[in-house]
Amino acid sequence: MINTKVNLAGIELNNPVMTASGTFGSGMEYSEFVDLNRLGAVVTKGVANVPWPGNPTPRVAEVYGGMLNAIGLQNPGVEVFARRDIPFLKQYDTKIMVNVCGRTLEDYEEVVERLAEEPVDLLEINISCPNVKEGGIAFGQDPRAVEKVTRGVKAHARQPVIMKLSPNVADISLMAKAAEAGGADGISLINTLTGMKIDIARRTFALANKTGGMSGPAIKPIAVRMVYEAARAVKIPVIGMGGIVTPEDALEFLMAGATAVSVGTANFFNPYATVEIIEGIEDFMRDNHVGNITEIIGCVK
Amino acid sequence: MEKREAAEGKKRKIWAGVLSQERLAEGVFDLWLQADEIVRESGPGQFVSVYTKDASRLLPRPVSICQIDRERGRLRLVYRVAGAGTKEFSRCKAGDSLSVMGPLGNGFFAGDTSDKKKKAILIGGGIGIPPMLGLAQELEGERQIVLGYRDGQLFLKQDFASYGKVYVATEDGSAGIKGNVIDAIKAHGLTAEVIYACGPTPMLRAVKAYAREQGVECWLSLEEKMACGVGACLACVCQSKDIDPHSHVHNKRICKDGPVFQAQEVEL
Repeated sequence: MINTKVNLAGIELNNPVMTASGTFGSGMEYSEFVDLNRLGAVVTKGVANVPWPGNPTPRVAEVYGGMLNAIGLQNPGVEVFARRDIPFLKQYDTKIMVNVCGRTLEDYEEVVERLAEEPVDLLEINISCPNVKEGGIAFGQDPRAVEKVTRGVKAHARQPVIMKLSPNVADISLMAKAAEAGGADGISLINTLTGMKIDIARRTFALANKTGGMSGPAIKPIAVRMVYEAARAVKIPVIGMGGIVTPEDALEFLMAGATAVSVGTANFFNPYATVEIIEGIEDFMRDNHVGNITEIIGCVK
Repeated sequence: MEKREAAEGKKRKIWAGVLSQERLAEGVFDLWLQADEIVRESGPGQFVSVYTKDASRLLPRPVSICQIDRERGRLRLVYRVAGAGTKEFSRCKAGDSLSVMGPLGNGFFAGDTSDKKKKAILIGGGIGIPPMLGLAQELEGERQIVLGYRDGQLFLKQDFASYGKVYVATEDGSAGIKGNVIDAIKAHGLTAEVIYACGPTPMLRAVKAYAREQGVECWLSLEEKMACGVGACLACVCQSKDIDPHSHVHNKRICKDGPVFQAQEVEL
């Protein structure tokens, strides 16, 4: 018998595999491919206090071993989200982590307050989106801002608060510590790395936004390193993500110190990726006589 | 708590066997796939995502469905080589397999608002021509088919002939009317109750304006760079006149709400 349950900031997940925000909607589209009951948690697309239209197209571009996106956090706002997406997800035996975005501290506070009475298990606060002018990454690159936003959100939130950190910083451990100091219940990383692609035939940027966030397997070694550094810097749980495609990728993050992992870009080229990764982790545990998944979390010092 | 059981969706990602492939024109290829699970659910105007074997290229190449052979479970894709990914597909031979997800998008009759018996003009421009073939096959009324090409390489023209009268426009004047598809419609004095079109955005813009001028119902099939292909990532949006039901802004998802839209629904 193997036990894949993990405790994430007081919430028990059936297994450590979740979806990365923005790659899975609210699960509806992918429920045609995978059984959402199998997932540790569904992490939703970022939701703001009001609808956001996002950026002009093209919003995505392919790069070697990865992709750039500049969606710009298009979302229907928290009212529609709470009416439509939460009831949809509640039909399944999975945990719900709502990703929250905002332009100002007040925006974040408004959303988490609106969600306080909703059947949501965890909140993930996006202070690291590289594709919006205000809010987003601007909050995630300064440790004082990270701490301030965390404290503000915590004061209004009823659910555990996970701060989603940006890799576009010199020292990730400072950001991790700042979130912890602000009272965060956990941190998640990495968000995308800011990148650019030039369309040489058209002599212009491949993305209308000029820059975009890079994701996909090419960024995985950077993500594993940062998760390792962050996990050593704080006592709160870390959620690892960045280029996870296979069960082996997910296991690397767990061994580097992540309590849970998120699968993102892989969903785009393998809609069955999340469940295949869960099954692969179970196989690894059986083959290697790992009875409890907690034995391997952070086992690499 | 009663949990919801997983339901089998209509979309599948499968390895499809390549039955044949031939070159129809410079950079244009004609591919037949054995894809029973996808064919079962497919209709004209839908598309599939095709994935490269080269793992450094992650994203799907959305390709419109040209024809569906329901009896034999076969799918015809006619596509243009636009980069290294489609170049890889063009090297496939009978006996190879391709990773394909589908069927995706709404197709021409998803809303059931369009009457198949109406007198129709079908307009295809360049690599927007292939999906019009499956549509021509499905329609039941008079079909006037207007095809716009760059030059005299008139791929698929013969295939359309069994479904209606075919009118050609070429940019360089090497065949048919010299000019664009609207020039051809005007030159031949074509009239219709409904217009269907797929092609480059400037062409769709002109078709939309023409249909509005004539007061004719008009359906357009759009394209955009995609990532998920199923409506989750919000990469391939187009501007819509009305508030979209998904995000409550003005951005309809081409892969999910489209690719076929009523012309007045979308801003081009």
